[in-house]
Amino acid sequence: MLIRTRDTSAPAASEITPEPIYRDRRRFLRQAGQFAVAGAAAGWLRTVPAGVTDVLDLESSPRRAKFSTDEPLTAEDSVTTYNNFYEFGTGKTDPAQYADALVTEPWSVTVAGACEKPGTYALEDVLRGLAPEERIYRLRCVEGWSMVIPWLGVPLAALLKRYQPTSAARYVAFQTLYDPDQMRGQRRSVLEWPYREGLRMDEAMHPLTIMAVGLYGKPLPNQNGAPLRLVVPWKYGFKSIKSIVRIEFTETEPPTTWNMMAPREYGFYANVNPQVDHPRWSQSRERRIGKLFRQDTLMFNGYGEQVASLYRGLDLRRNY
Amino acid sequence: MDDRLLRYGLKPVVFMLLLLPAALLLAGLLRGTLGADPVAALLWQTGLWALRLLLASLAVTPLQRLTGWRWPIRWRRQLGLFAFFYACLHLAVYAVFDRSLDLAAVWEDIVERPFITVGALAFLLLAPLAATSTRGAVRRLGPRWQQLHRLVYLAAGLAVLHYLWLVKADLRPPLIYAGILAVLLLLRLPLPLPWRRRLGPASG
Ligand code: HEM
Repeated sequence: MLIRTRDTSAPAASEITPEPIYRDRRRFLRQAGQFAVAGAAAGWLRTVPAGVTDVLDLESSPRRAKFSTDEPLTAEDSVTTYNNFYEFGTGKTDPAQYADALVTEPWSVTVAGACEKPGTYALEDVLRGLAPEERIYRLRCVEGWSMVIPWLGVPLAALLKRYQPTSAARYVAFQTLYDPDQMRGQRRSVLEWPYREGLRMDEAMHPLTIMAVGLYGKPLPNQNGAPLRLVVPWKYGFKSIKSIVRIEFTETEPPTTWNMMAPREYGFYANVNPQVDHPRWSQSRERRIGKLFRQDTLMFNGYGEQVASLYRGLDLRRNY
Repeated sequence: MDDRLLRYGLKPVVFMLLLLPAALLLAGLLRGTLGADPVAALLWQTGLWALRLLLASLAVTPLQRLTGWRWPIRWRRQLGLFAFFYACLHLAVYAVFDRSLDLAAVWEDIVERPFITVGALAFLLLAPLAATSTRGAVRRLGPRWQQLHRLVYLAAGLAVLHYLWLVKADLRPPLIYAGILAVLLLLRLPLPLPWRRRLGPASG
């Protein structure tokens, strides 16, 4: 949450913001005592356009909610400094270095396709009234490393239902922001921008799937996909698309970035599967970040009990 | 340059300089400053230094031809040996940490993953070159030494291919190394006449 001292000509927050949100914000500010003191000392106080914490109470959301693992957490500074987010560069530390150029407030999301309520919505309207909770999930990257991350998020199903997908909606497609001014990695066409991902509708509606807005009890750092990112823990990390600006319900399987780039290497499903190797490296083992040696990779990243039934009858060797 | 200065003064300095990347990696490992995945950092950095020093050793002859200097040739063996040293570290990090010294898994990788196949080939080509880098070996092998050591071109080509085949999306870094290798090879072609006259007879 950014707090800036106020430009004297600007209207007070109470003049431009609907009352309930404003009151919410006051409550937040009271909690953020140190900021409030600093702000009061400056005489004026203004929050930037509304963000995640204006509409969701992350601090008192339930901890260790359903499906959380009790494995040791990956250190927070590893989670926030070792990222694949090619929009900010292909090096692992590029996102942490360059993502502060991304402006996430205000943020809007366009909802389109087979649904009753398409439109472009402010982030606050997408999230308001949903109940965030902490989900501690394993994250397995297709490159062979993994983490355990305490996400804060809302079930994706609850978010999607707001837009009333019709029976024609069999898939849901997501897009990341495209703005090379803010995302310096997009100035080169390493991938075909904007980044796209998609899920089958039943995968999207599965209770394990969340739209994350935070981690380690705080709003998402930009390099982790602020302000809104998908988390699908039984799939390789590249499915969990970051900094989402577009959600579209489709009848047919939507094109997805890595699949478009190298269809033999990255499938649409991309379920974690130790038996099906990536053509260039083995997927049977992984290095848990923070450990020196590798450990066995689990089928569906250890979430088989919850999701195996989604793929009954599907040849996972061909639908990798 | 004075011969004794080179041998007793500069040689140890160059030796220490070439050891520096390994020393910094070790220090980083012990101090925990290699980032979230220190094993990956070790693997990438040792591979990169092996490739860089291999290319540096290949730059010696062209440098000599273009400048007429004779002294760079003295560093060529050291550069080549250090390239092999970093390749050994690279292989060791991979075998110990990535494959837990499971030799069957290493073999499976070598057979099944093209990028590892060519990396292993590059390594296998470098080993006999390192083993025959002594003065004695040069003498014993005579003209065959030159022939044998031409394998270094193949090793460098395979190392670059290894790098090209392992990247996921951004080909720029390996292409830069490929470009440098191409330039170094081109510079070995016979010089056009005007240059030859200016620089005198080329050697090596
Ligand atoms: C048996 C021999 C070798 C094996 C098993 C091997 C294995 C590997 C592995 C597993 C990686 C990391 C791949 C990844 O990050 O996905 C790698 C990267 C690399 N290797 Fe090797 N390698 C071998 C020989 C060599 C040799 C001889 C050289 C150079 C002379 C070399 C240069 C490199 C380079 C430059 C990289 C890329 C570093 C980066 O991504 O920044 N490798 N190698």
